[in-house]
Amino acid sequence: MEQAGKKRIWGEYQKDIAEDHYFYVRSCIRQTFFPGSETTFLRILRDELFKDVFEDARHTTCTGIGYHTDIVPFETTMTIAARHFALMTEAGYVNFVPSCVTSFGIYTEILDTWKHFPEMEAKARDFLWTATRREFKVPENLSHTSDIIYKFRNQLAASSKHHLIDKNDGKPLKVVEHIGCHYAKMFPKCGIGGAEFPAVLSGMVEAWGGEVIDYPERRHCCGFGFRQYLIRANRGYSMSNSKKKFESMQPYQPDFIVANCPGCAMFLDRWQYTIAEMEGTTYNESGKGIPVLTYEEMAGLVLGYDPWVMGMQMHQISVEPLLDKIGIIYDKKDKYLGSKGQYIGVPQQPLFLLQ
Amino acid sequence: MNKTIVIVGGGPAGLEAAAALGSSPHHVLILEKEHETGGKLKNWHHLFPNFADAFEILKSLEKTLPLNNPEVKYDSNVCKIEQMDGKLLVLLNKGEKINADAVLLATGFDLFDAHKKEEYGYGIYKNVVTSFELEEMFKIGSFPDHLKDGMPKKIAMVHCVGSRDKKAGNLHCSKLCCITGVKQAIELRKHLPNSSVYNFYMDLRMYGQHFEELYQEAQEDYGITFIRGRVSEIAENSEGSLQVKAEDTLSGRPMKMVFDMVVLLLGMTPASSTTPISVSLGLPRTNAGFLSPLHQHIAANETCIPGLFLAGTCREPLSLQESITDARAAAFKIIEWLKLKDNN
Repeated sequence: MEQAGKKRIWGEYQKDIAEDHYFYVRSCIRQTFFPGSETTFLRILRDELFKDVFEDARHTTCTGIGYHTDIVPFETTMTIAARHFALMTEAGYVNFVPSCVTSFGIYTEILDTWKHFPEMEAKARDFLWTATRREFKVPENLSHTSDIIYKFRNQLAASSKHHLIDKNDGKPLKVVEHIGCHYAKMFPKCGIGGAEFPAVLSGMVEAWGGEVIDYPERRHCCGFGFRQYLIRANRGYSMSNSKKKFESMQPYQPDFIVANCPGCAMFLDRWQYTIAEMEGTTYNESGKGIPVLTYEEMAGLVLGYDPWVMGMQMHQISVEPLLDKIGIIYDKKDKYLGSKGQYIGVPQQPLFLLQ
Repeated sequence: MNKTIVIVGGGPAGLEAAAALGSSPHHVLILEKEHETGGKLKNWHHLFPNFADAFEILKSLEKTLPLNNPEVKYDSNVCKIEQMDGKLLVLLNKGEKINADAVLLATGFDLFDAHKKEEYGYGIYKNVVTSFELEEMFKIGSFPDHLKDGMPKKIAMVHCVGSRDKKAGNLHCSKLCCITGVKQAIELRKHLPNSSVYNFYMDLRMYGQHFEELYQEAQEDYGITFIRGRVSEIAENSEGSLQVKAEDTLSGRPMKMVFDMVVLLLGMTPASSTTPISVSLGLPRTNAGFLSPLHQHIAANETCIPGLFLAGTCREPLSLQESITDARAAAFKIIEWLKLKDNN
């Protein structure tokens, strides 16, 4: 593979990412399955990078799940987005930063629609005023949270405690980076590196010492598409997407997978268990599965954050082998302690992918 | 009275027009931006449909030029043309100015930049090559090492790269890629008898004489497989082979195949070197961006600018044969126009 060719494409897809003063909106899925990731993102921005991040507890879901399953019409989604922009405006911010990749896709789509069809923006303003008596300004900058971490990846590297290197042989860890479909496939210009060779996660991996694996099904969806999994009868199809990816990446023996979409991280983590249970198949040499990280978790590990404080004990695929590879010291006793130090109980052990 | 006719472009159309104008009393000057004439023809090996030797054809085009007329200036880029006192002032990149009574634009075409089709991985995966590069391989008789080890190989040809493609910004058909794909597929089988060749196409536009027969030959005599369906993406496996995803519209199924090499059949796009000329003159372009003639049917070599004429692929995709014929027609039109101008 010619890296120069990839870098040329990356160079053509650069985007303006705001420097500071972010209005942050959370993710339904990430909060539910990876709450520690959102906390980690905020900790990194505030405590490591000393950025101003504001969030308003009154913000709601962006309705992305409903919109993409034809339950919520576009006008409704558009108005809810407008309400979030109004909260941003009221708080005095202009830089909008969603945690979820589908949300990012929703807001990108809405802003693009308003740009080409100003009458739709007028409609949104009218609906919002009628429903809430709120007004808004369009964000000056819309970036996904992974864009922010990407922007400051070198700064974070400078203060890192660990690198993405196997301490046993000193070699870079082999990392599969998976980009959520809604990040750049719809609007390639809104993603760093475009849709075919996105750079937002590979940039982080390389800045922190890892090696990015390019495997044939890199671009393939993980199967989290809402239509695919919301209907039970479709879930086999949803899983087959992840299976295709696992089979494609297996020859490269990645050390871990990192994703910027919360749904992708969940599926790539969970479906490995399901496939193991259904078929007895696992995708790494140890037979224990390939650990799947959110990019916040990856950044947190590099910065020396406690994996249990970040919530990594909630992963289906155990992360301990990866932590051992990197040389991260962790206390097994603390794995199932709550935020106040109380024991919260060990989850039922799965039949497959046991550590 | 002898006039000065400037021909911009020393490719096949420019050379043939110069030869046709050579018998006139006028002074003909060819401005060629490279250091040799021949245009794209000099990079080609064999031509469809009869595998004629491109080098021999180029030499025969150059041989018909009368001695000392035309004059040829090499490394001469035209950066502007202005209308001045009933003539055309041609400005070169070196600062030279030429006062012309008539100008013939024979600036040719550019090949589509395959980097733009990012999903095909050109410039990233080394075994993804263009039809232009494949022609060079035929010419020098040298192929990548991994194709020469005697093991059976699979090669894919992807039609319509950069043509009939809204996303690439080109809705037009480049006309010649289909027959080029058939020709090159046959040549691959001749050079690499152990290979299997698969052509992924949208339509097969076998419009010319012996084209359809060549297509039949390709299937029956050379065993080339034609699959109707677009290639959606190409990715590289760990050992360098290429995974190609495509649709087979005839069976109605998506497909995935592994190849040792993929050839992208590049479309024809308007020559970028023509842009400063058309901008300076306000010369209109077709929807596809080629130079627009005065009338597509009855004035295909004339333009809305008095004294400015077009020949060859600067105005639309044309085969070599069509370019040569078009150049002769343009030459005739120029002579006729100059005569009329004199009489008036």
